Amino acid sequence: MLYREAGQFKTSYASDAAIFPIAQDRWFVIGLLLFGFFILPLFANQYLYTEVLIPVLILSLAAIGLNILTGYCGQLSLGTGGFMAVGAYAAYNLMLRVPETNLILVLLFGGLMAMLVGVLFGIPSLRIKGFYLAVATLAAQFFIEWAFARVKWFTNYAPSGSVAVGQLEVFGVALDTPMKKYLFVLAMVALLALAAKNLVRSRLGRMWMAMRDMDIAAEIIGIRPLHAKLSAFAVSSFYIGIAGALWAFLRLGSWEPLAFDINRSFQILFMIIIGGLGSILGSFLGAAFIVLVPIFLNQFPGLLGISMSTALISHLEFMIFGAMIVFFLIVEPHGLARLWAIAKEKLRLWPFPY
Amino acid sequence: MLGQFIETLIGGLLTGVLYALVALGFVLIFKASGVFNFAQGAMVLFAALAVARLAEIMPLPFAIAIAIAIMIALAYAIEFLVLRRLVNQEGIILFMATLGITYFLEGFGQTVWGSDIYKINLGIPREPIFLFQGVFPGGILLDREELLAALVCALLVAVLAVFFQVTRIGRALRAVADDHQAAQAVGIPLNYIWLIVWGVSGIVAIAAGMIWGSKLGVQFSISLVALKALPVLILGGLTSIPGAIVGGLIIGAGEKLAEVMLGPILIRWFDLAGGGIENWFAYVLALIFLLFRPQGLFGERIIERV
Repeated sequence: MLYREAGQFKTSYASDAAIFPIAQDRWFVIGLLLFGFFILPLFANQYLYTEVLIPVLILSLAAIGLNILTGYCGQLSLGTGGFMAVGAYAAYNLMLRVPETNLILVLLFGGLMAMLVGVLFGIPSLRIKGFYLAVATLAAQFFIEWAFARVKWFTNYAPSGSVAVGQLEVFGVALDTPMKKYLFVLAMVALLALAAKNLVRSRLGRMWMAMRDMDIAAEIIGIRPLHAKLSAFAVSSFYIGIAGALWAFLRLGSWEPLAFDINRSFQILFMIIIGGLGSILGSFLGAAFIVLVPIFLNQFPGLLGISMSTALISHLEFMIFGAMIVFFLIVEPHGLARLWAIAKEKLRLWPFPY
Repeated sequence: MLGQFIETLIGGLLTGVLYALVALGFVLIFKASGVFNFAQGAMVLFAALAVARLAEIMPLPFAIAIAIAIMIALAYAIEFLVLRRLVNQEGIILFMATLGITYFLEGFGQTVWGSDIYKINLGIPREPIFLFQGVFPGGILLDREELLAALVCALLVAVLAVFFQVTRIGRALRAVADDHQAAQAVGIPLNYIWLIVWGVSGIVAIAAGMIWGSKLGVQFSISLVALKALPVLILGGLTSIPGAIVGGLIIGAGEKLAEVMLGPILIRWFDLAGGGIENWFAYVLALIFLLFRPQGLFGERIIERV
């Protein structure tokens, strides 16, 4: 009843090409952002900020990055953790060596450095694909992890590569409480997600999708594989790098290369599989799912009055993730985002489906 | 110096044999079903845990027999619950499904069998063998377990080669590997064949798991070390059993030699905080190799433009 597009006529090219062509969608997104910026801070507590909201937002950003590469351009990558580490340590180095730089510039620098490294490790994708590429990106993951643990200059001669950032501030406002950190992350992620949403509908995004769907056909209609694939690696690593820098600066505060190990790569890959390959919305849904399930598993036995050891819970977590992955691949390869789309479709016909 | 070199080389080669054992399981499944089975490492862990825990309550041969039964049941479950439902999907989807299986098995194995470090005792004397004591000062040190690993590996390869070349099932396996549809058309039951290969690679996983386990103790890290089998495969070729062996030997020897020979040089040049280049050496070697020879040393040439 409420979700109808009847009567919403597109009278200009601009409205025809809008991101959210249906007014209800537009209002929903605006409402969600207003809720996130103004209402949520009224009642959220520290736990909600540091354990739920900030991780979900930052990992969503990383998932968007990986989704651009894997979901939109079809290049499987297992090196996400490594690229996040590049972003984090590059940002740390800029902050260390040029202390008066604006925090936003620092984060962007992290993204840019990750982009460079991403393009470098993306070069093999011009010759190989599929699981061969997955092994190539594993090389990136292990090499980068090692480099930050061993090359002393990157970590300012800190033992075992563990570094920390002090008080952060942006435009004179100190990011000292979880709420301020959350608002900053939310603003960054909202802007970058909007950019990504636009990017995938642009010429570049269509090039990636053509490449993913059939590379030879794409080449024949005049898409250069070099251009398409390396641009996907570049944009993807840029997002992942910024996510890595945000994760290190605003979530962890002090970290070591182990924070960006291969399990991080898998975690983000799972987010996009469960959330939906080739969907920006899916990146958020997947990130929320992967962050919330362990929290739920930790609380749930307590609520039922069963006591479980932490080891057992972590093993159950593994099992549930594994089973979920297989389940989603079999039942709904397009993930949670697809379920959402189906629900919307049903809602449009409700209450008179034909 | 030469003595040290040879000792490192042999140590590396024997580690390579262990990589090769894991890689062998990958190759078997890839050859017969085109599935890039990421879960092989988890299967090795699962098998090793099963043998280690069962051996605590019964003699080792019984434990191994039951472990084999368990691995075949597992192969059946994977075939029935996962593969059968993903027939005709793209390779990359199947690959991601095996990632899911990996996580499930890691969690399941540790829930069922426990997550401490267990020891598998194969009853081999601990003390190492010294060779060529007259030629080099101190001689060359050899580990008996590693020699056993090499023997088991050679035996497995021989048995598998005979199995693939001579038996009826082996021929069916090769037919399925060549062309699923054609094989099905001449009456080869695909599900049955998949069950067999997953079962066989489960048994290979038991062999790998027991040797790893007796060397390092059965623990979670086995599953991670098994990731090293991936560069081995790239180097040797995804479809070649000899390739898995040769690739394993090259990677094993290469990374140990790199650690000992290249490590100090890198540390000096780049002012590193310690070596550890064996963590990535195999992958980077595979990466470079991929650029020049994507089909690997012995793999079938893939005629697929990218």
